[in-house]
Amino acid sequence: MSTLPLTGSQTVGPFFSLGLLYEEARRNVLTRPETAGEHIRIEGHIFDGDGMPVPDALIEIWQANAYGRYNHPADQSAAPLDPEFTGFGRSGTDEDGHYWFKTIKPGRVAFNAQIQQAPHICVTIFARGLLNHLVTHLYFADEPANAEDVTLLCVPEERRATLLARRADEGGTIVYSFDIVLQGTNETAFFNL
Amino acid sequence: MNQIQITIGEIVRGDREVFPPYLYDAYQSTRRRAPQLALIDVPLTLSELTGPGHAISAITAEDADLTRNAGTDGEAIGQRIILTGRVLDETGAPVPNTLLEIWQTNASGRYLHKRDQWPGPLDPNFLGMGRCLTNAEGVYRFLTIRPGAYPWKNHPNAWRPAHIHFSIFGPTLLSRVVTQMYFPDDPLHSLDPILSSLPAESARQSLIATYDHTITEPEWALGFRWDIVLRGTHATPFETPEVRS
Repeated sequence: MSTLPLTGSQTVGPFFSLGLLYEEARRNVLTRPETAGEHIRIEGHIFDGDGMPVPDALIEIWQANAYGRYNHPADQSAAPLDPEFTGFGRSGTDEDGHYWFKTIKPGRVAFNAQIQQAPHICVTIFARGLLNHLVTHLYFADEPANAEDVTLLCVPEERRATLLARRADEGGTIVYSFDIVLQGTNETAFFNL
Repeated sequence: MNQIQITIGEIVRGDREVFPPYLYDAYQSTRRRAPQLALIDVPLTLSELTGPGHAISAITAEDADLTRNAGTDGEAIGQRIILTGRVLDETGAPVPNTLLEIWQTNASGRYLHKRDQWPGPLDPNFLGMGRCLTNAEGVYRFLTIRPGAYPWKNHPNAWRPAHIHFSIFGPTLLSRVVTQMYFPDDPLHSLDPILSSLPAESARQSLIATYDHTITEPEWALGFRWDIVLRGTHATPFETPEVRS
């Protein structure tokens, strides 16, 4: 099969908010009140190799619904779709490098016919200075299924903690904190995808 | 820590001919933002073989006309251009109904952005952003004005060649790409660290549009063609998820 060469990647540069964060393009809130599942907030900061916040980054997330089904034709599982949930989010970072989402904790998605993945959220990061985007998974630190997640087990053990979002109850709101370190100490484990 | 491989300055993602290295010293912003540790090979799961591309909300035809989408009833100043092409996967199959989002400077080389403060004049009739969906044949089409070159502070007398930023989803997370399209015959190309970060000449050429007189419309606008090839799901390091016991 002949294949065409791929179109190469380039940085989003410093001015991407013009094209990617106009009002209808921002997706901090993935949920409606009727969305099934445990409603949570995910937030964190993005840091560079000097430990400085990255104020001009873009994070996109993609996740299954509470039943463990992606809103996508390639997911043919028996789990139901949720008409109140698409699973896509997009947030910029502010001057403190802070981003946030309101979403639900996803259900488990099949890895193959025998085993399930741990609940997780796909995270894609774009920024000035990133000639390619970065890709990783967010896992939930209090989730026992992490111990058997095939993807997470590919990450060297000493780096797995960089992919675990920590749970806190902030006045009745469940918040999972997930900082992203682009470079250096506690560098986030990014995937070769 | 002996499992960790330091890959500073090496290409660490996917197709080594096509993707730039994360650390590219000539582009200063990469120095403190490029990961230093090797990217981790992981299996492809449903998470990567699905993606948000088809779930983005409906948009209107007006969104693809950057010369008139500022909501001012006025028209942007500059050389009017038609920019069209096809979005394909590696096999040449069209990618239908996928979202393209673009952003660019105005004709003077200035972005409508608070952090862009160089003294190129702003155009009140130009936002510099647009979007469209590909049709059933994978074809997209924008009407805009030709952007200008602009200075930046990467190195002394640094100028970015005129370009348009493109964000494309495609059908899965693997097909997602954000890139920049350049115009032919620009002497700034070889001086630009961002375009030059692509390792292969063929990859750099793939980001340069072609002037196409068959697209040019008489008494109206010049035509440029630029095709985009997205990663499919077949040419990947893990064809099928396998459990390692």
